[in-house]
Amino acid sequence: MEWRDQGILLHSRRHGESAAIIEVFTPSRGRHAGVVRGGAGRRMAPVLQPGAQLDVTWRARLEDHIGAFTVEPVRSRIEAMGDRLSLAGLNAVLALLHFALPEREAHGALYLHSENLLDLLGDADLWPLAYLRWEMTLLEELGYGLDLSTCAVTGARAGLVYISPKSGRAVSAAGAGEWADRLLPLPQCLLGQGDASDAEIIEGLGVTGHFLANHMAYDMGDKPLPEARHRFVDAMQRRLARNG
Amino acid sequence: MNSTRDIEALIDAMAKLPGLGPRSARRAVLHLIRKRALLMQPLADLMGQVAATARECLNCGNVGTTDICDICASEKRGNGQICVVEDVADLWAMERGQVFKGRYHVLGGTLSALDQVGPEQLRIPKLIDRVDAESVTEVILALNATIDGQTTAHYIADQLEGRVSLSSLAQGVPIGGELDYLDDGTIAAALNARKSF
Repeated sequence: MEWRDQGILLHSRRHGESAAIIEVFTPSRGRHAGVVRGGAGRRMAPVLQPGAQLDVTWRARLEDHIGAFTVEPVRSRIEAMGDRLSLAGLNAVLALLHFALPEREAHGALYLHSENLLDLLGDADLWPLAYLRWEMTLLEELGYGLDLSTCAVTGARAGLVYISPKSGRAVSAAGAGEWADRLLPLPQCLLGQGDASDAEIIEGLGVTGHFLANHMAYDMGDKPLPEARHRFVDAMQRRLARNG
Repeated sequence: MNSTRDIEALIDAMAKLPGLGPRSARRAVLHLIRKRALLMQPLADLMGQVAATARECLNCGNVGTTDICDICASEKRGNGQICVVEDVADLWAMERGQVFKGRYHVLGGTLSALDQVGPEQLRIPKLIDRVDAESVTEVILALNATIDGQTTAHYIADQLEGRVSLSSLAQGVPIGGELDYLDDGTIAAALNARKSF
């Protein structure tokens, strides 16, 4: 068995004295693990940093085997290390992909979105909104997509201000009626409208966080969401507090 | 009774040490047996002694044979600087340089979301206590230039923000390094941290 693809390095851990077991997220094979011989050495350390874009070739005798990767660096995402928000975001993306994706199941659209998102890392103005959109794509790819096209009650396309915490469908103010206090607020940036201020993005992360924790993670055995996501939301809140 | 059973057991134990495999462990044990009086017995005595007395410093996490290590006990090292390192091996590397004259704090690892290492698994709360208790003026974050190392550095910086001056080690071209052999991340870091000449 052999295949070659490009992928995002999600995780690397030492295996024995000189090898490493890595996990990469590829467009055609999804989240895939394999051994890198010499991967724990000093020469490979800069290459096997989480988030790196790699060209990988996987070989194994049988499909079920863990197999071995040969790895070539395409580009590192080391620029994220200088900025705490970018670094927190990078960690959140990698931790959520590792947490949510089943092994060896292709998610081409999510891969493309993830690669584009990570390439935006240096741009502190665009990054947080792109991250929020990426979480919506993650939910959609895994079957928990939000339907924000029309009001679930009235069918109206305008005036959508709430979202149902159960169905993930948008609700207008008129449609909400006396149920309004049981619904989640729908920030306009989730509809692709408004100026997407930090406050709105944090509100949006609250919405996606609700569906990630109470729907996706719940269905996976009610596991807690990765700590890295909480740290990213904290970093966003600190930026909001600092900038007013 | 097997006459070489104990020796085989010793070889198996030695083969578990870092850098040694079964063949090199066999060679090392054979060498020790040949120099029993000169090497093996003193080594065994020292190992027994260190096994009985080795412990982590209650203050900084360094390894020593007393509750408080020599660095923490020395008045001369109390200059208000604490250098935060990931591991005891990093502390020893810094000490080999003989440049830093302050005290250390060993975290015992780095934050890692995927390996489920959180702040409570590291010695970060103790570091915050020390900053208050030891009149610290500067904390130097000497953590590895890796994603996990820098994530930990930013987390500590957030915890200590406004309480103490914070700095980190520079990143760039190592002494004797040739640009042609450096990875793109190191070159980018070196260029970003360039200085006037």
